Amino acid sequence: MQTPRSFEYERATSVDHAIALLERLGPEARLVAGGHSLLPMMKLRLAAPEHLIDINPLVADLSYVRVEGNEVRIGAMTRHAELLASPIIAEHFAILTDAEKVIADPIVRNRGTIGGSICQADPSEDLSAAFAALKASVLIRSGTGERLISARDLHVGPYETAVGPAEMLTEVRIAIRAGSGSAYEKVERRVGDWAVAASGAWVQMSGDTVADAGIGLTALGVAHFCSPEAEAVLIGHAPTAEVIAAAGAAAASITNPPTDQRGPSDYKRHLADILTQRAITRAVARALGRN
Amino acid sequence: MQINVNLNGTEQSHDVEPRLLLVHYIRDVAGETGTHWGCDTSNCGACVVWLDDVPVKSCTVLAVMADKHRVTTIEGLAVGGVLDPVQQGFMECHGLQCGFCTPGMMMTARWLLDHNPNPSELEIREALSGQLCRCTGYHNIVKSVQWAAAHPATVGAST
Repeated sequence: MQTPRSFEYERATSVDHAIALLERLGPEARLVAGGHSLLPMMKLRLAAPEHLIDINPLVADLSYVRVEGNEVRIGAMTRHAELLASPIIAEHFAILTDAEKVIADPIVRNRGTIGGSICQADPSEDLSAAFAALKASVLIRSGTGERLISARDLHVGPYETAVGPAEMLTEVRIAIRAGSGSAYEKVERRVGDWAVAASGAWVQMSGDTVADAGIGLTALGVAHFCSPEAEAVLIGHAPTAEVIAAAGAAAASITNPPTDQRGPSDYKRHLADILTQRAITRAVARALGRN
Repeated sequence: MQINVNLNGTEQSHDVEPRLLLVHYIRDVAGETGTHWGCDTSNCGACVVWLDDVPVKSCTVLAVMADKHRVTTIEGLAVGGVLDPVQQGFMECHGLQCGFCTPGMMMTARWLLDHNPNPSELEIREALSGQLCRCTGYHNIVKSVQWAAAHPATVGAST
């Protein structure tokens, strides 16, 4: 029987209240949203916060997907199932819809939140790679104000983020850019498992040329879940088979995947190459289809 | 911590440790043992219950998170002694063998049919994809859900 270590439980009634609790209770306090990343860690005693601050009462404030100006804003408490079902997301960021279909399973997606997933910063987490590919930003609130940082800068290392002990990630923002398309490709051993490897691609086309691109990778030991090297191969070129192959190779070249129960390192590096090529190909097709 | 949970329509009030998991609350504190405790790791889905009408894996929810919320378990499916069509379907189509996964399978199946009364086989398999049957009786589970979809006359927990 897996039981978390004892902790004190608090329930936040607002974002300000949650932050005030974090300030008062100190660095051994953790926020819990859906709990589907943190509670398993606590049950295994890999995490043992002294205080747990439940932010589920904030779901009315922090669960939304909406268009504001030229960007889409996603509340941190949006459940995976809601992101998957969102027509706004399906229209603008197919990569997220692709990814959500293969994140955990339908029951887990009913409860887990997008903010919780990316703040857990598991090195095999899917949305981290998708948001990195989309060059998204995340809004971080504190007692003194808020700051907007790149999603790529959110991840400092495995299970470590740029969110400070008395801060809270409240929103993800993604720019809507004309002529763009995106896709996500993941290999998993079975439904609900972490990725053996996964790659996400976002491209913005200008005529026949890639004007801008983002490549996200997960479970591959890549810093910040992205490959600027592969992006550089694409940008300014027509996405021919040769260019896409070169981008796949560039993505694979920066990976450093561990050999583990999900497969040997060489196999995962091979997947990084192939999955990146497939993701780019589909992203380009989607971008051109919209044009 | 004192919690008040509406469990299958009945108000329950208990003093629990914050670390108590919802599945253990339902079984050991509230005494409703129809919900099964399986893998402990949110993989198997034997412990699926509805929290405010949404299926969740109750091994990965704290009991205190259900405070002032509704929880529906397999005991809440039959109404007035009349089996829900999903339960009837599992009888008709031999949808259970050892029965361990059955409560979770039924809770997800009922929720699926409430939202999609005529699911395709693929949609049924997708909906149940987070739940394991160690007897590997998936084929008959899918047939049972199809039977329930074709016989919606009696409606249980969804009302």
